[in-house]
Amino acid sequence: MNNGLEIRWHGRGGQGAKTAALLLADVAFKTGKYVQGFPEYGPERMGAPITAYNRISDEKIRVHSNIYTPGLVVVVDETLLHSVDVTAGLKEEGAIIVNTPKTAEEIKPLLNGYKGKVYTVDARKISVETLGKNFPNSPMLAAAVAVSGIMEKEDFISEMKVSYQHKFAKKPEVIEGNMQALEMTYETLKNVL
Amino acid sequence: MARKDRMSGNEAVSYAIRQINPDVMPAFPITPSTEIPQMVSSYIANGEVDTEFIPVESEHSAMSAAIGSEAAGARTLTATSSAGLALMWEELLLAASNRMPITLALVNRTLSGPININCDHSDGMGARDTGWIQIYAENNQEAYDNFIQAYPIAENAKVHLPIMICQDGFITSHAVENIELLEDEEVKNFVGEYEPEEFLLNPGKPIAVGPYSVTNYAMEAKKNQEIALENSKEVILQVAKEFEKISGRSYGLFEEYKTEDADYIMLLIGSAAGTAKQAVDDLRAQGKKAGVIKLRVFRPFPANELAQALKNAKAVAIMDRTESYNGNGGPLGSEVTAGLFRNKVMVETVNYIYGLAGRDFTVQEVYDIFAELEECMENGKELEQFKYIGLRK
Repeated sequence: MNNGLEIRWHGRGGQGAKTAALLLADVAFKTGKYVQGFPEYGPERMGAPITAYNRISDEKIRVHSNIYTPGLVVVVDETLLHSVDVTAGLKEEGAIIVNTPKTAEEIKPLLNGYKGKVYTVDARKISVETLGKNFPNSPMLAAAVAVSGIMEKEDFISEMKVSYQHKFAKKPEVIEGNMQALEMTYETLKNVL
Repeated sequence: MARKDRMSGNEAVSYAIRQINPDVMPAFPITPSTEIPQMVSSYIANGEVDTEFIPVESEHSAMSAAIGSEAAGARTLTATSSAGLALMWEELLLAASNRMPITLALVNRTLSGPININCDHSDGMGARDTGWIQIYAENNQEAYDNFIQAYPIAENAKVHLPIMICQDGFITSHAVENIELLEDEEVKNFVGEYEPEEFLLNPGKPIAVGPYSVTNYAMEAKKNQEIALENSKEVILQVAKEFEKISGRSYGLFEEYKTEDADYIMLLIGSAAGTAKQAVDDLRAQGKKAGVIKLRVFRPFPANELAQALKNAKAVAIMDRTESYNGNGGPLGSEVTAGLFRNKVMVETVNYIYGLAGRDFTVQEVYDIFAELEECMENGKELEQFKYIGLRK
């Protein structure tokens, strides 16, 4: 694929990595891009490692395989660093974002010598503060957009509001918290980007 | 006016169903097609369609109910995958031989065992000789477009046969991608009202459906069914022309991609065709004369048309996403090579089995296959005629 961004999400069943990938496809579509958002399905159950993918491009996307050389990896669950080779194939000029209270320097030794950029986001803390529960996918989605720069913050925030209103039509009480989670994630990343 | 949107393959088919508003949908859920009856049920609950949904206790019952309702004169559809299609087996043959233009959204998934929910074509290919028309899609757009075209094909008086609109489970059905949607009115006008010539609930013209046929006549009935399937080829092409007028998207029995001067051609079905096209673009950039043919219509099988399309190639990779367990290759491999022989096209072929039970098929593997064809042909080596690609090393 030319001129495109390929993203691989690592999470555990129930954390919303698949939903985050589909939401990212949604907002990127609204900025006029060609998009793909798809999960890798297996015997899914709560807590099992899962993978989801995004392709985002200015050109029509035809490839229908998994992503082996991503430009960005998002790790929604820090404990996966011990069991999954999350940096496999990740481009050196790319980046990885890990959900953890630790700093990037503390995480680097766990990344099999990955030499590209490493970012950390305490998505649990942000989620608990804004939603009262641990739903790390909204902060990680915001981080993926912020780090990749696939769209401006203002566009992202306004599109996400529409997406959440659609997604949470039956649970409108969670929309405000999710919006705050996106804002707070941008705030925590602003000094490192 | 086309509307740009993004949705998964299952959403796209469900959206087409909403626009068509068929009369009856009996269905039993099975992964990965479950979302289709689920979404149609929502449309019904929201009053967006007045389709009668019949929740049944098995796929055998789903197809039985579909035959009954279609025989009564109602436009009927169902959706299934894998073991669900296998359980419909007896009814699939009845639907076709009773000339019921039922539409079935097939979301391709492997058949057990080992038990697995992911994509291959063993369900659809297992039903290839049941008398159904089969059309396969590369992506969500084609699943949507094919579904809309299904009705004027199946219901055409010269055809009157059931039709399976197939897409790859998860790879297409659960992937969100860009799509262009037609307006509701355009779809409604294209599909039209269903006015069967003969149906059971017509007191003015009583008919029998599915009666016993004595040997004196049964063979003629079967021959008539075969003629109808042959007729469908021309109707499929006519409908595609009409569809192009409202959509701007053109369809044939198969799509030829950069094959005009190609020395090496990969022939395949479904979502992997997109991956192959990308690889062919990369190979063309290196000066390699590679091309792709994506088969859209598997039944009726365009054997002669394919033979003509392949005749100038040095070698062809015929890709089967299913095992036939005949020790001799997959269904596409067998049928294409039979067609080549009858047309006296003596082109070299390799029948590759790939992507079983969701095994990923990559751009790299397409490069490898073209390299293998070229290497053998350039160096006068014998090609292995039947082999697997993508097995664990």
